[in-house]
Amino acid sequence: MAETLYDKLMSAHIVREQDGATLIYIDRQLIHEVTSPQAFEGLTLSGRKLWRNKSNLAVPDHNVPTTERSSGVNSITDPVSRLQVETLDKNCKTFDINEIQMNDIRQGIVHVIGPEQGATLPGMSIVCGDSHTTTHGALGALAFGIGTSEVEHVLATGCLWQNKAKNMKIEVNGDLGDNISAKDLALYVIGKIGTAGGTGFAIEFCGTAIQSMSIEGRMTLCNMSIEAGAKVGIVAVDDKTVDYVKGRPFTPIDENWDLALEYWKTLHSDDDAHFDESIVIDASMIKPQVTWGTSPEMVVDINGSTPDPEKEKDQVKAESIRNALKYIHLKPNTSLSSVAIDKVFIGSCTNSRIEDLRIAASVAKGKKIADNIKLALVVPGSGLVKQQAEAEGLDQIFKDAGFEWREPGCSMCLAMNADKLEPGERCASTSNRNFEGRQGQGSFTHLVSPAIAAASAIAGHFSGVDS
Amino acid sequence: MKKFTSLSSIAMPLDRANIDTDAIIPKQFLKSIKRSGFGPNLFDEWRYLDHGEVGMDNSIRPINTDFVLNNPQYSGAQILLTRRNFGCGSSREHAPWALEDFGFRAIIAPSFADIFYNNCFKNGILPIVLSHEIVDNLFKYSGNIVINLEDQTVKTQNQVFNFDVDAERKRRLLNGLDDIGLTLQYENQIRSFETEHFNKFPWL
Repeated sequence: MAETLYDKLMSAHIVREQDGATLIYIDRQLIHEVTSPQAFEGLTLSGRKLWRNKSNLAVPDHNVPTTERSSGVNSITDPVSRLQVETLDKNCKTFDINEIQMNDIRQGIVHVIGPEQGATLPGMSIVCGDSHTTTHGALGALAFGIGTSEVEHVLATGCLWQNKAKNMKIEVNGDLGDNISAKDLALYVIGKIGTAGGTGFAIEFCGTAIQSMSIEGRMTLCNMSIEAGAKVGIVAVDDKTVDYVKGRPFTPIDENWDLALEYWKTLHSDDDAHFDESIVIDASMIKPQVTWGTSPEMVVDINGSTPDPEKEKDQVKAESIRNALKYIHLKPNTSLSSVAIDKVFIGSCTNSRIEDLRIAASVAKGKKIADNIKLALVVPGSGLVKQQAEAEGLDQIFKDAGFEWREPGCSMCLAMNADKLEPGERCASTSNRNFEGRQGQGSFTHLVSPAIAAASAIAGHFSGVDS
Repeated sequence: MKKFTSLSSIAMPLDRANIDTDAIIPKQFLKSIKRSGFGPNLFDEWRYLDHGEVGMDNSIRPINTDFVLNNPQYSGAQILLTRRNFGCGSSREHAPWALEDFGFRAIIAPSFADIFYNNCFKNGILPIVLSHEIVDNLFKYSGNIVINLEDQTVKTQNQVFNFDVDAERKRRLLNGLDDIGLTLQYENQIRSFETEHFNKFPWL
């Protein structure tokens, strides 16, 4: 029977099925400091053993400072944050789990370092106590976020109970315009199907625009699948995937590489596979996107305006618009390009890879951030991304333009470390969530691509690259 | 895992769609390495007028009397009634931990985000999906609601609504079964799968 890529990936991992629930084997668990301490504690309290230490890879990322941190964990001034990172170090030592520690050059955001290290590979089942695990689907892997109870379950059993998702195909054809990126496409899709549009589905992205998209672009797209409600976002394996994966530290070599390659080439949906839902998008129609509200689905073209709740017929939606506009201090029918910003954040598991930094740097090159910008942060996704960017001179371009060049981590995407917005501050952010208080209580987040973030930093308000 | 069989309680109406887990429990409270004690910070930014941090004495913080959680009329409610896509966003299990710690054992909404929905079952909370129309009607109803998991029913004074739940999740919640213990009953099956899996995919 013709199968979708998701079906194939699930089938390859089924240990057992009962009453509609499926026990699947997990090839890789990525671990970070925030959602794992209670899982390790549970394992210890129940006297259970770790199933297989080799399946796990840990890294601290959420709490780490992005400023000078040569003294390692001791550089974390907040004692509660520090304890969380120390607890990860301790647990990894106790359970003999491979951990990339804070001051290792390979340290970074868990969803950046997984692919970068070759620790997440095509065909693998991958989990992490983090919803943006969808990112790894870009490599043709079955990857999804889980809660802490499930982190413990995987630590103890190597497996996880899952209910099979339905299949959705999002086919994107044609070419994305100049300075239009995977982030704009992701926001456009979320605007179209809503933040619950993908609930219960695994989304496969395909079409000519996806085929010509880089692996890093696909990661951005799959990363944002969860913001459309889909626990899984995937792209079929092609030559780009194979080229990306080759030669990385955890990537197989020699005859295992040949065997892997043979298998990976089967990782695509069959021609006549059934999808429960299909959407077709013309890439050439997509303009730069900017969110205006407090949910990623509240998004418009950069030339657009905030909506008018009086014109919305659905009362629940109208109420959501009113709440969002009230929170974010914008009036109905406000042109986004007239809205001034206070801070800019370029980073996060969505947009902190080398291509993101190259695009932002190309926009910022030879320019200065506007006087009203209090802070413009560039936070590379990993130490290796940072190193590469510095080798290309991107750090200097950013610094010359007035941006701060920081150490890698999750940083102001969720503001668990010291990088946060103050109440009333408005930010153009390349991260993934514009929820109330996400980047700091009472602050206003607008999601954009790296190109738009850089252009807006220079303009002092939301701006396209051309203007 | 905590059992859930039946429940009789009034429902607290939280009339908002797309409530995300950042709103349910803000990030600063995720720094805890414990599983308990999140209840006083449930909906922290909506519930208090000041900025909440770990270690504050929540009993002396200024409360937002407009927020439903602070309305004495709903004090002791064990059911949360809310709108579509509840629990979207971050996978943080701290969200159901905070809801459970506060005293909620059931949530009724037209839809839930996938990861949150799943996390609820691991913590003895029953998430119930009812249609938009029924949820609308429940928002207008202020009496007692009786939830029975065995029968899969939600009863108001005059009406009975049926809800769906997966057989396996229901069985585990009704009996308060330990997921990991259950899975480890199949340890041999997992081991033999693993051996075959690694033979087939030796690079893993």
